[in-house]
Amino acid sequence: MVKKFTAKVITTNRLLEGDAVYLTRDGIWSPEFGDAELFTDPAGASLALETANRQTLLHVGAYFADAETDPSGRPSPTHYRERLRSMGPSNYCHGKQAERANV
Amino acid sequence: MYKYSEFDEFFVRRRVEEFRDQVRRRLDGSLTEDEFKPLRLKNGLYLQLHAYMLRVAIPYGTFDSRQMRQLADIADKWDKGYGHFTTRQNIQFNWPKLADVPAILDALADVDMHAIQTSGNCIRNVTADHFAGAAADEIADPRPTAELLRQWSTDHPEFQYLPRKFKIAVSGSSRDRAVTKAHDIGLRSIRDAGGSPGYEVLIGGGLGRTPMIGAVVREFLPESELLAYVESILRVYNLHGRRDNKYKARLKILVHETGIEKLSREIEAEFAERKKWFAGVDPELIEALKSAFKPPEFNLSRTGAFERRLEKDSGFRAWADTNLFEHRCSAYSIATVSLKPIGGTPGDASANQMRALADIAERLGHDEIRASHEQNIILPHIRKDDLPEAYDVLAASGLQTANFGLVSDIIACPGMDYCALATARSIPIAQEISRRFAALGIEREIGSMKIKISGCINACGHHHVGHIGILGLERAGVENYQITLGGDATETAALGDRAGRGFSADELIPALERLVEAYLRLRDSCRETFLEAYRRLGPEPFRAALYPETGKLAA
Ligand code: SF4
Repeated sequence: MVKKFTAKVITTNRLLEGDAVYLTRDGIWSPEFGDAELFTDPAGASLALETANRQTLLHVGAYFADAETDPSGRPSPTHYRERLRSMGPSNYCHGKQAERANV
Repeated sequence: MYKYSEFDEFFVRRRVEEFRDQVRRRLDGSLTEDEFKPLRLKNGLYLQLHAYMLRVAIPYGTFDSRQMRQLADIADKWDKGYGHFTTRQNIQFNWPKLADVPAILDALADVDMHAIQTSGNCIRNVTADHFAGAAADEIADPRPTAELLRQWSTDHPEFQYLPRKFKIAVSGSSRDRAVTKAHDIGLRSIRDAGGSPGYEVLIGGGLGRTPMIGAVVREFLPESELLAYVESILRVYNLHGRRDNKYKARLKILVHETGIEKLSREIEAEFAERKKWFAGVDPELIEALKSAFKPPEFNLSRTGAFERRLEKDSGFRAWADTNLFEHRCSAYSIATVSLKPIGGTPGDASANQMRALADIAERLGHDEIRASHEQNIILPHIRKDDLPEAYDVLAASGLQTANFGLVSDIIACPGMDYCALATARSIPIAQEISRRFAALGIEREIGSMKIKISGCINACGHHHVGHIGILGLERAGVENYQITLGGDATETAALGDRAGRGFSADELIPALERLVEAYLRLRDSCRETFLEAYRRLGPEPFRAALYPETGKLAA
């Protein structure tokens, strides 16, 4: 039996800032998980990852993170590690949650 | 205090320049990430979940006001206004930007500091008893030894590519405050029958995936033969340590697989040769270093200000009761400044708190500061009658928490709030425990209690040697916490026993509460500590408290 493909987004950390970013449909990197393109077919995902990993000056190397669609229709992380990474630490309002609060 | 020699200064500056060039080449594309990563790690720069993290060494935990102020300035200028003191006498900055790191390293070099040997398979920052040079029970100040080892190990050509990282700890007292039994090499100052100084040498200790308590490999090593012997251990390890499997590469596995007797013979054989090359080196160096660490001139006069404050201020009394230790000089005390405010992040200090600590050290503390592996700051030499004044400065900066050694004085690694290797969070667990027991108001009734939390099997939070150890893991996609009981980090070191199945984050705090209630019920007097009670009674009654459902099933 073929294992069902879990939907994925492509993510990495930016080279200069070190923060987590996500590949969008337009091929740019967004700090928001919700902006990411959700890949549901393995071939498309692999191709996109390969392309992303050619941008060696922007980031440190991209990888897949499992995702699902949230009620608003945007992708959201399925694993708590990626959820934490997409928010910031829980002990201070630093990282993405702080940036969001500043908008 | 030891001041950098011209050689140290030159070496550190050259490394900063080298790294600046490496960063430049990474940014212009001449270095790939794969090429750059080991280079940045060699300079203490990690990439974590949200940002880069710079780990700065505080060799053997000793620093001064000038260095502390510089750390505060770095925190303000290039980070988010705070630093995190770790369990290895390092300080970590959680938010630097790559392009700023060379400037940060320059700022560190300005005050004789660096981030070298804080990562990678080399001899790491040597750690030591945080009461060094001050404790009443000290046999010898461990810092000259630690500094000698630092100088010897810095860029030692033979040991740049060890099978795995290598940690050395030095204790100068019969009380082990440096966890020497959980290091690759542990050195404990002793004297032989004739009164000559030397060390008991332990090897093969370590926590992590396969925790082990170090074994004595040499009962007495004369001080003058230290480097030759340590180098012999390293050489045997470098030759025979396993390189085929990262998880079996630490010295502890070699000790375990070869046996301490056989390994000891190999080390002695190597030592017999090496001793000749080192003849006379150590005594000369160590004497020079001893004078660099000679004690400050203590002011022995007393005014009674300490006693007067004790009498009228219960807050001060509570603090003095838990946070002060006996100094070698009776007019002085060692003050532990807790970086564990109730509900706070263990080991974090804001830039302003760092400046307050620097001020006290400079004005009232012979300009000496220590960082402890328990993530607290020590002011090692405060005259008793200056303690009220020091306390007031601490209190004005929120540093007066009177909880040293109590249930809220928790060691916790950064865990999944920062660390890329983590399997679960540790900081929120520490915060919860601290809040919960403070709310119950039974901290002092519980007494001595060491809770240690790690966010993964690497055990940076020393959970195996906590009276209560907590290890955060992942189970079926959620955080799960495993408890160990009866661990001990001191001269009577022991690894904790696994209690049983893990707990979810929500179940954990009530489980710990049941555990502590059971202890309070079971102890034979209010003097019997948790660890003593555990040793007397064994794990069963404590397991029963953690897992009441199994008791019911059995009944
Ligand atoms: S124990 Fe694990 S999670 Fe904690 S700091 Fe070490 S590597 Fe990171």
